[in-house]
Amino acid sequence: MDAIKDFFNFFADPRVFFLLTLTGFILMIWRRDVFTTPRVGYGLQVFLVLFFGLGLFDENFRLIVAKPDNVPIVGLVFLLLFFTWYSMRQAVLNDRRLDRGEPVEEKVEEDRVWVWPDLVYTELICLVLCSVVLIVWSIVLKAPLEQPANAAATPNPSKAPWYFLGLQEMLVYFDPWLAGVVLPTLIIVGLMAIPYIDTNPKGSGYYTFKERKAEISIFIFGFVVLWASLIVLGTFLRGPNWNFFGPFEYWDIHKLEALTNVNLSEYIWLQGVGVGLPSNWFVREFFGIVLLLLYIVALPVILARGVLKTYYEKLGPPRYCVGIFLFLMMLSLPMKMLARWLFNLKYIVAIPEFFFNI
Amino acid sequence: MTETKTVIPREGPLERSWNWLTETQIWKSIFRHNAPITDRNRVLVVLSNVFLHLHPVRLRKSGVRLRYTWCMGGLSFFLFLSLTFTGVLLMFYYRPTLEYAYTDIVGLREHVPLGIMREMHRWGAHAMVITVWLHMFRVFMTGSYKPPREFNWNVGVIMLVLTLLLSFTGYLLPWDQLAIWAITVGSNMARATPFLGSEGPGASLLALGDVKLIHAAADARFALLGGTFVGEGALLRFYVLHCVGLPLIIAVLMAVHFWRVRKDGGISGPV
Ligand code: HEM
Repeated sequence: MDAIKDFFNFFADPRVFFLLTLTGFILMIWRRDVFTTPRVGYGLQVFLVLFFGLGLFDENFRLIVAKPDNVPIVGLVFLLLFFTWYSMRQAVLNDRRLDRGEPVEEKVEEDRVWVWPDLVYTELICLVLCSVVLIVWSIVLKAPLEQPANAAATPNPSKAPWYFLGLQEMLVYFDPWLAGVVLPTLIIVGLMAIPYIDTNPKGSGYYTFKERKAEISIFIFGFVVLWASLIVLGTFLRGPNWNFFGPFEYWDIHKLEALTNVNLSEYIWLQGVGVGLPSNWFVREFFGIVLLLLYIVALPVILARGVLKTYYEKLGPPRYCVGIFLFLMMLSLPMKMLARWLFNLKYIVAIPEFFFNI
Repeated sequence: MTETKTVIPREGPLERSWNWLTETQIWKSIFRHNAPITDRNRVLVVLSNVFLHLHPVRLRKSGVRLRYTWCMGGLSFFLFLSLTFTGVLLMFYYRPTLEYAYTDIVGLREHVPLGIMREMHRWGAHAMVITVWLHMFRVFMTGSYKPPREFNWNVGVIMLVLTLLLSFTGYLLPWDQLAIWAITVGSNMARATPFLGSEGPGASLLALGDVKLIHAAADARFALLGGTFVGEGALLRFYVLHCVGLPLIIAVLMAVHFWRVRKDGGISGPV
């Protein structure tokens, strides 16, 4: 039993967890014909049910998963998995129809039906089911109420509401001005920009994957792999001092994690060149700034000439620039995570003089 | 040709009273037409009822399918309505002051009969966040944001943000440890807003000579909390935003959203 628990604890390490989600995502896109079979769909759900169900016998697991405010996230895990599977399934089925030269499912059902009764009754049933779920949920689970607010007693860990835990998890890798302000703003701007950047006229009004490969892959990557899985990680796997804890691990306040993160400038000046850190911040951070400019300015140009040439030509300069900028910003999170795990990198550019650390 | 014989069914007491009821002036003043079992009446029902007329009279079969919409937009709307209802009930009992906030919540759970309103409100709010995300997910997966629906997608994104803000502002109101520390963690980030946060990059540039314009008592976080810490000012601000400001804005946007769904040609489908 303990061996099994240790096994899962190991897989829940943020590095392993993230790489696993990433692998799962790539497998899902690549072998979508297998992923979308009912067998795999049911299999995954059954696995999750077993995992959560049996896990509840463990005290530490119960403490964190059955916490009233965390229950919605358990629901989110199931729902998100189901709907990812379901929408991909319909996309794959439609793609097969397209391959055979047949119209998509939604095209076949083009004829019109009456709102009353067809739609009104569907809505009524959904509404009743939803009310039942909500009422049962409310009777079974009491809303939490802790000790009265006390500004002097900081709980450890202090967590933001669950839907913001992805952002709080980003704080591990970025300073608050990026994780808490700039990146969330870019998420909103990015979402709003989607319809104006995506000029692909196909795939409007029906499920399909093959006509919108890049769009769908990017969206699922951002929504499921980054946003949702970081929420799960931040909720279930982060304990006191924002240290990592496996789902079956006891939350030990005294758990120590060696933090020896090093800035890029220190790598270069202290270890590379072998002199002390220059006192002028510009000289000190010169390489980091160059690296940053390469990433934001040069990389899009290189890509436009190379791999993404067709996209550049299809989208035109303004759309391409905005799109690639947002895309690179999204990728900056996994990049920074990797850099942290591989090189213990703290900041690429560190100018504490202006609170400007990246 | 043989003559068809019409048999007049015997009316039981139930039918008779139903027939009587639907002939009364009161009934006829409320329902302007007969039951929607003929096509004509189906049109009339949808057109003459203010709630139903959010819908078109007829729409494409694929758009009615749960398989297509997952009913997630509809459920988001329903959850919003039920949150408004339970929220108003909660407002009868809750006073947003340091003195009463916590004890009012304790009273709610201990003295109010059939007290699941707080639960309905809290779990409903969590559920709404999830349904709105899933709704966005399905709109994306069906490519329904493509022209002519770009603007409606944008309205949606704003409502998504508002949904999160509604949830966030409500989280503070019970005024327990969970509440103030979650809001403290969340609002601390505002301190780091570039230029406008006291610890944000570039804030020191905003100064008139020696006088700093942005400091702990005049920055983005202060504006959010009405103070330098999560205290009385923050409670009042969050309460007002949560109960009045944000719901009003999101309700208006929902009207725009539904209107646009209709004006953009109804639920999307392949051309
Ligand atoms: C407060 C939350 C929201 C409510 C109550 C809501 C409600 C609805 C409803 C009832 C529909 C009709 C079709 C359906 O149920 O799927 C709809 C359609 C639509 N929604 Fe929302 N929505 C919300 C948030 C969003 C968000 C976050 C987005 C996108 C980011 C969005 C974008 C759209 C679009 C583009 C359509 C048209 C879809 C089509 O024609 O197939 N909405 N919405």
